[in-house]
Amino acid sequence: MERTAKIVGSPVMKKDAMALVTGKPVYTDDIAPGDCLVVKVLRSPHAHALVEEIRTEGAKKVPGIVTVLTWKDVPGKRFTMAGQSYPEPSPYDRLILDRRVRFVGDAVAIVAGETEAAVDRALRLIKVSYQVLEPVLDFRTAKDNPILVHPEEDWKSLCPVGADNKRNLCASGCEKDGDVEAVLKTCDYVVERTYHTKANQQAMMETFRAFTTLDPYGRLVVTASTQVPFHVRRIIAHALDIPKAKVRVIKPRIGGGFGAKQTVVAEVYPAIVTWLTGRPAKIVYSRYESQIASSPRHEMEVKVRLGADKDGMIRAIDLYTLSNTGAYGEHGPTTVGLSGHKSIPLYGNAEAFRFTYDVVYTNRMSAGAYRGYGATQGLFAVESAVNELADMLHMDPVKLREKNMVREGNVMPAYYGEVANSCALDRCMAKAKEMFGWDEKFPAKDMGNGKVRGVGVAMSMQGSAIAGLDVGSATLKLNDDGFYSLLIGAADMGTGCDTTLAQVAADCLCCDLDNIVVHGVDTDVSPYDSGSYASSTAYLTGGAVVKTCDSMIAKIMEKGAEYLNSSADEVEFDGKRVYRLDGSGEISLRDIGNRAMCSNGYALEVTESNTSPSSPPPFMVGMAEVEVDMETGAVELLDYAAVVDCGTPLNPNLTRIQTEGGLAQGIGMALYEDITYSPKGQLYENSLMQYKIPSRQDVCPIRVEFESSYEKTGPFGAKSIGEVVINTPSPAIASAVAHAAGVYIRELPITAEKVYRGMNGKG
Amino acid sequence: MEINLTLNGKKIKAQIRPDELLLDFVRSQGCRSVKRGCETANCGLCTVWLDEKPVLSCSTLAARADGRTVTTLEGVAAEAEAFGAYLAEEGAEQCGFCSPGLIMNVLAMERELSDPSEEEIKEYLAGNLCRCTGYMGQLRAIRNYLNRKGGETDGENR
Amino acid sequence: MFTAREYVKVGSLEEAWELNQKRTNVIAGGMLWLKMGNGQKGTVIDLSGLGLDQIQETEEEFSVGCMCTLRQLELDPGLERAFGGIFRESLRHIVGVQFRNCATAGGSVYGRYGFSDVLTCLLALDTWVELYKGGRIPLEEFAKMPYTRDVLVRIIIRKDGRRAAYGSQRNTKTDFPLIACAVSRKGDSWQISVGARPKKAERICLDGAGKTAAELAKEAAGRFAYGSNMRGSAEYRAHLAEVYIRRLAEKLEKEA
Repeated sequence: MERTAKIVGSPVMKKDAMALVTGKPVYTDDIAPGDCLVVKVLRSPHAHALVEEIRTEGAKKVPGIVTVLTWKDVPGKRFTMAGQSYPEPSPYDRLILDRRVRFVGDAVAIVAGETEAAVDRALRLIKVSYQVLEPVLDFRTAKDNPILVHPEEDWKSLCPVGADNKRNLCASGCEKDGDVEAVLKTCDYVVERTYHTKANQQAMMETFRAFTTLDPYGRLVVTASTQVPFHVRRIIAHALDIPKAKVRVIKPRIGGGFGAKQTVVAEVYPAIVTWLTGRPAKIVYSRYESQIASSPRHEMEVKVRLGADKDGMIRAIDLYTLSNTGAYGEHGPTTVGLSGHKSIPLYGNAEAFRFTYDVVYTNRMSAGAYRGYGATQGLFAVESAVNELADMLHMDPVKLREKNMVREGNVMPAYYGEVANSCALDRCMAKAKEMFGWDEKFPAKDMGNGKVRGVGVAMSMQGSAIAGLDVGSATLKLNDDGFYSLLIGAADMGTGCDTTLAQVAADCLCCDLDNIVVHGVDTDVSPYDSGSYASSTAYLTGGAVVKTCDSMIAKIMEKGAEYLNSSADEVEFDGKRVYRLDGSGEISLRDIGNRAMCSNGYALEVTESNTSPSSPPPFMVGMAEVEVDMETGAVELLDYAAVVDCGTPLNPNLTRIQTEGGLAQGIGMALYEDITYSPKGQLYENSLMQYKIPSRQDVCPIRVEFESSYEKTGPFGAKSIGEVVINTPSPAIASAVAHAAGVYIRELPITAEKVYRGMNGKG
Repeated sequence: MEINLTLNGKKIKAQIRPDELLLDFVRSQGCRSVKRGCETANCGLCTVWLDEKPVLSCSTLAARADGRTVTTLEGVAAEAEAFGAYLAEEGAEQCGFCSPGLIMNVLAMERELSDPSEEEIKEYLAGNLCRCTGYMGQLRAIRNYLNRKGGETDGENR
Repeated sequence: MFTAREYVKVGSLEEAWELNQKRTNVIAGGMLWLKMGNGQKGTVIDLSGLGLDQIQETEEEFSVGCMCTLRQLELDPGLERAFGGIFRESLRHIVGVQFRNCATAGGSVYGRYGFSDVLTCLLALDTWVELYKGGRIPLEEFAKMPYTRDVLVRIIIRKDGRRAAYGSQRNTKTDFPLIACAVSRKGDSWQISVGARPKKAERICLDGAGKTAAELAKEAAGRFAYGSNMRGSAEYRAHLAEVYIRRLAEKLEKEA
């Protein structure tokens, strides 16, 4: 059967769209049973302390309180909350409740009761005496600091990631190709700069939440707003020290994730309550908790050394990344890798590179996964350094990139030696230049009213799933009347994968989209999937859908042939019927579906899994225009143009929205979203009042176009889109500001005051 | 305490706590479209109408609704669906969690402003945060929805 | 969110005043700031049944009931006409329309918040507050007074022929101001208020005769004290105050 993209590539509406826009009760808290116990967590006011004594009698006496749990009541086996494939690279450094608390907001006790008022009261009545310890707050001093965040003997790293808890190291390493020092010595120009990005919050509109019940078999059913249902199953089993067979995880509609929900931030608390009391239990994080005790981006300081000849050929790249994983190591060892792996390979001609990194523990909130996952931080540094190099050479940064950028067919030594088999980065640059009017606008224009406009550019790449590791799966069932059920283990978190994967299936099976019903994730029912992260779903689970459809078609032909009294090689399937090639008979899909429900020993049901030895990068170019008030330093973003190569866009509407949304988050990171702490380690930006994500007045017109390459290993030529789109705003805007005001801001966000100070030599 | 109000066109009598927020009250009455996204009156997810004016139900006591009219998305279902379809056509609902609050405010804006400019639209809706879409798709949907008036949609904006 | 044992929609100002004499009781305006506290309240006092949600204009003044919302102030055509749009300019950045439909004029003024655009704006005009027991007193005096248990009933803005302009800088469009400046002028008599320094707004009066806008701004900005917080440093605020006062003064000079 010929496979052509008809529904793939068309802007169909998401299958759940009308339910969402009419406000149907489809999210976790909407469907939680009314008799759930309210679960809340008592949190540490200290950045580093030992719980000396904890008295809960008063709290337990509050009417309606069902249980109060402390470190004495939880299993003593360490685990990680990182939603990663087992064995996780993230260290096993957590207990549900620990005697040692490691950041302001760390969990000290769990309270469950009949009403919120009772629980709030009980929380106030728990008496804790702390032995307050000196914290490690500055990540620059954490490595080999005598104060250890994890001195415990049962701390454990399952993978060889260069971790050492006795040195506050969550991971460390060095990768290289060629002799970077030798090449740098012979370069005409060397740019050496250090860039600093903050622990930005994903700030999805639906905070962390889950509810738990016991089913009639005595199993724990966890309904959670999560991106990683199968990992939740394993992590809950580890945390509670119970068999995985005892846990079932269901994912309803999710109000956004962006990586935050790739960490099991909240699920363990109601889970242990239900497991110990048998009662349904629910936790809903406040925005405050979501800001201070969650899973934000890793703060990173990236030192770049860039060597080039006088014509602007980049000859060597040396990167040192210091990453702050905070109190726990979730995603610490893996995010750091992307700061080099997704930045250095953009420059195809370098003779040598070196990428060194340390990931350190501190007494700050634990970091996690946030869209871009280290690439964002690395690209801010490398792309900014390239922009500074261009300025130093008095060269147009677009021209510099045109000389150096990776092109289709290039080997990428810093990207595991993979070949860029699908790469339209050059076309993205050409298109961006044209739609933005780069040549007319570069580098700056004095508006004559105290304001100067400047422009900046940046490139970005990401991956599509984790090569050689991630698994995507799909199950198809043919039902009566010939409709299909598509079961996936990938989590639609608003991104629309329930729909895009059905689009892939519909084109593979040559049927209407409505002929495919999609079932979201239920670990008891869905086929195994690593989860929705690492830009994997469209590419990897999409590939699984293609494989599953192929197997389903073979089964349909087999069954159809049987009903036509012939063999499978004598028939063909066109999506609606199986017919004999000699034209002597046919049977409709509808009839096959109905007939197979009687006297049939051959299941019309298929599951296939997919994994990929490579992780084909999507690429993009972003261009920003800003206007700087030369008196105040205030930066107004005027225009953002972006051109993306994500291979074939499966659903142009959804790819566009992904791009616009990712860019807006990137703009927030670049200009507005700051993270600051009190001297004692309390986070100041602990609400949406203080942590300023952009409103619709803060994002300028965002203009998006696509220049598609064709990725042969992806479904219908698709690569990923979800993450690559967040990376360009920070470096592009920083360079635009530099061109307008002559000030290079190397620590995000780019605030008016920083620009003002830079312009007035007050660094 | 007891309050009497009109909720989505229905006159109801209810017992409430004096410190009960309107948000929690309407959710307890089955209006689950109303969401909480923050505790600091910044996100707009909890937008409902109090006497036809859009307000933050997270910051309004249920007691204030006594003798008044409260409308949630459930009470303007047909209109919500009509505008919602424009959002969905752009894929601009995404996770959908902010959609009910946004839609309530878009419908309020439609009643309050005639032929708003893009700047006016952005200013009116500035208190409705969204983290998924980058707002562009929402703006396309709003323009298309407002332009549908008079029978035809302006194809230019499609 | 605070807890409360009772809620009383009062029938008279006297009733409100009496209830308000108890320290644990509280008058709720729009409640936007109040609800962020976690304390335990006795009775929440609601003034919304007293008809104090009107803006009345006479030949001499505007009288703004304490329960008027910020949105009413923002959209009032009389205020717009009289003061050159400074109400709209000072209010339109405050979070969003829904927020401004909740927040009340009385609550904003009574709170005397450091970040207050409302207070900054009103101080530049000839503004008075009417207290139930304390009677009419100038806003400037009220702003400096300690918090008392009196009831703020109305805000009076006199039409004294001043022209005014408002400007602020924010890290995002709807954030608290990093600096807020209001400048008004009647002949050579200038009134300048600066808020979000980050302390609450204060006002100074200057004689502008023979002074350029730049001179005026330098002198004015120098008379305020500035502090630092997460939104900006004292030094930067001092600089911004001078820039914005100058720009506003230039605007008013052009209009004159």
